[in-house]
Amino acid sequence: MTPPLIETRGLIKHFGGVQAIRGVDFALAEGELRCLIGPNGAGKSTFFKLLTGQIKPTSGSVLFRGTDITALQAHEIARLGIGIKTQVPSVFNGLSVRDNLWIAAARHNKGKAITRMVEAQIERLMLGRFADTLTGQLAHGQRQRVELGLVLCGQPNLILLDEPAAGMTEEERGRTAELICEINRDHPLIVVEHDMSFIRTIARCITVFNQGTILLEGDVDQVFGSQAVRDVYLGKKVAA
Amino acid sequence: MIVYLRSNAALAFVGAVGVMLLIGLPLVLDLYSLLQITLYVIFAILALSLAFIWGYGGILCFGHSVFFGLGAYAYAVSVINIGDSTVPFLIAMVLPAIFAAGLGYFMFYARISDVYVGVITLTVTLIFYNVVNSTAGPQYRIGEAQLGGYNGIPNVPPLNIPFQPDNPLEPAGMFTFCAVVLLIVYFGLHALLRTRFGRVLVAVRENEQRVEFLGYDSRLHKLIAFSIGGGIAGLAGCLFTAWGNFVSPTSFGVVQSGQIIIWLMVGGPGTLLGPAIGAMAISWLTLKIGTQQAVNANVVLGAILLVFVILMPKGMASMFTDRLVPWLVSLRRPADSPPRVASEGKT
Repeated sequence: MTPPLIETRGLIKHFGGVQAIRGVDFALAEGELRCLIGPNGAGKSTFFKLLTGQIKPTSGSVLFRGTDITALQAHEIARLGIGIKTQVPSVFNGLSVRDNLWIAAARHNKGKAITRMVEAQIERLMLGRFADTLTGQLAHGQRQRVELGLVLCGQPNLILLDEPAAGMTEEERGRTAELICEINRDHPLIVVEHDMSFIRTIARCITVFNQGTILLEGDVDQVFGSQAVRDVYLGKKVAA
Repeated sequence: MIVYLRSNAALAFVGAVGVMLLIGLPLVLDLYSLLQITLYVIFAILALSLAFIWGYGGILCFGHSVFFGLGAYAYAVSVINIGDSTVPFLIAMVLPAIFAAGLGYFMFYARISDVYVGVITLTVTLIFYNVVNSTAGPQYRIGEAQLGGYNGIPNVPPLNIPFQPDNPLEPAGMFTFCAVVLLIVYFGLHALLRTRFGRVLVAVRENEQRVEFLGYDSRLHKLIAFSIGGGIAGLAGCLFTAWGNFVSPTSFGVVQSGQIIIWLMVGGPGTLLGPAIGAMAISWLTLKIGTQQAVNANVVLGAILLVFVILMPKGMASMFTDRLVPWLVSLRRPADSPPRVASEGKT
């Protein structure tokens, strides 16, 4: 039996006395697009940090294609093909858009293959007008696209998107939703997002986080029809 | 592509001016002036080393003189023992580079923050200064070389033609050699910054976390850059000792470290030409102030640093790239043509 693409077993993370993640068992299959939702402080971003090696768990493990990657450094996990787009655009502000993408593409390519990949992503993400502009001078939504380009140039096996539609206009949001679905044809994705209309557009399977644990996992209708999920978002106590 | 060609044209211009000065200055200058300019050239090499690791690698090194001093002492001790300067010249580069790699390993692999890197480097240079300062007794010798404590090591043999210790470099030859080394370091660093390593190093300065997310080991890139910078600073220390036939613990001093930072801030961090010119200009100014007794040179240097940090944080280089060049371009543009968007064309 093929192991899940990425899996966590009994993942726990404490920050001092605060339990940010409390024994999360999660699995994502090859080719899947999974949306993570949950109120602020539910542990979604911490979960992403644990998957990418930015922080180490208090206990539990992270497995990528069956191999334990819990102890690996962030760059070693990235080399396995786990790419992340963070909540606040994490780009090279002092470099042009083209130079940003060059750095990412040069990780796996050489010579003209780098240029070809960079130009392809510039066209795919509609960044041609800004290709030689300093990334720090772009609007928030444009920088989000540059960051997505960085992830895609890294030829990922799994893409983690933390609030990809945040700060975008309605038009940009629609285009981003289309783009995510297009990317999912070739790449598995985990998407954290607060915008429920956006989630409805892209989601097939949703995992709901609450207080560091998985509250519910199911398809769109199951999750949005759940009283427990509504209670979490409205601030009511979840029935045990 | 246009930017790339412009950059190449600027480099060719710098190279042409450099070669002209290298050939012309020994013909027109008197011995004293040539000796002084040789010193400025050596300081320009030292400034380039910090420009590389701080300006491009983003590594806050407040104690850069430790590598300069190590190179200076390594050359002095080994040339006194060996006699021929060929191997000591290499030792003076390799030893500081290895020391920088060791120090960098503990700093970068422990992932300590930039501020603490600054504090540690400053502390290390202070330790070296105090240790070398207290080696005044006759028991402190390495082979034939008496360390001499705060008095330093006098009568250090000059550089000689490789493997010919009886053929030392005359002042004109020393100037030419130092100028050639400066050009090699300048163009070498430019070439390095155009490689994948160099471009990733700049990316580390911009956003270390993103570099890690892309699968690069930022710690290794910083370590290599720090080691290269240490080696170049050691090279400058070697040339400084060979130039003056003398080395003392002040090579490790905080004043020396502070001066390198001032050269960088005045010239323009994030460029190579700016710090090199800044080092020469400030060294010339320091000499001029030193020859008159009215004002203390350190007070003037401090004031210059404050002025640049507050009014021109990008240094002299930005005056040309951000103001003078756009102004000249605007003069060439017809009055009715639309203004160019500031951000366009920048890389």
